[in-house]
Amino acid sequence: MSSRRSRSRHAGSSRITDDQINDLVSKLQQLLPEMHNRRSDKKSATKVLQETCNYIRSLHREVDDLSERLSELLENADTTQADLIRSLIMQ
Amino acid sequence: MMASLMSSSNPAANPDRSSTRRKKKKIHHNPQIQPETPKIQWKSDAQQQIYSSKLLHALQQVRLGSSGSETSSAPRRVRDAAYGALAATARGRTRWSRAILTSRLKLKFMKKNNIAKRQRKVMTVITGAGYQPRRKSKVAVLRLKSKCLPAFQRKARVLSRLIPGCRKQPVPVVLEETADYIAALQMQVRAMSALAELLTGSGASSSSSTQLS
Repeated sequence: MSSRRSRSRHAGSSRITDDQINDLVSKLQQLLPEMHNRRSDKKSATKVLQETCNYIRSLHREVDDLSERLSELLENADTTQADLIRSLIMQ
Repeated sequence: MMASLMSSSNPAANPDRSSTRRKKKKIHHNPQIQPETPKIQWKSDAQQQIYSSKLLHALQQVRLGSSGSETSSAPRRVRDAAYGALAATARGRTRWSRAILTSRLKLKFMKKNNIAKRQRKVMTVITGAGYQPRRKSKVAVLRLKSKCLPAFQRKARVLSRLIPGCRKQPVPVVLEETADYIAALQMQVRAMSALAELLTGSGASSSSSTQLS
């Protein structure tokens, strides 16, 4: 129902081309974690956006979990100086 | 760290004002014209190291500075430190990073001036009666629009709310910011996981301390 033509008409005043948007969407698609990233050119832009939203939410959750874990580890760690030196040397 | 944050997010704050006016058309410190957005390679090890060291410094401050007066929890402080360090690593090139840095500055400012915060609250209460009808009609109009918008636009709006500082941005801007934001988040997860592994591993053998030698 919502074709690509109508989308460009909505954004008509700002002269945004469909190609520009498609480029950006395909760039996003490559960042998404899928089984076979390169193969799926068939994803619709809306699907890509949906998966992007889900992915960002899951990344936020992951960061929250890691923050929890790190806060516990930092609480229990005996020295801060040792953390710092060790981590910098390891990397 | 605050100084480096401020200088990276606010390049116009030059100590020498006359030179800023002379170099009005030129960006930052270089006399040549720089390209607008040299992109950060979030995948590179170098960036991850830069981020990790910023994160470590921020976390040290979280540990040392935690007092009874802080109302937020420890994981919350770690999370804020992580996002703050991430935004700083972005060097102010992207909207989302600038939005994070700005909100942190605002928070610091407001914490120091609690009086200003209370005044602001009082003002909103007083003017609340005047604003509310306008707000209600705006919400009603937005709801109507969301039913008429094609799915793509709707998803783009949702996405723009997820990315910091992109609520009112047009779709191409949102997509650009999203790509950078995702790459940055992926790096953040890698760095924080690596740090957690390090601390887990070292915590188990902290008494033996064989690693430094």
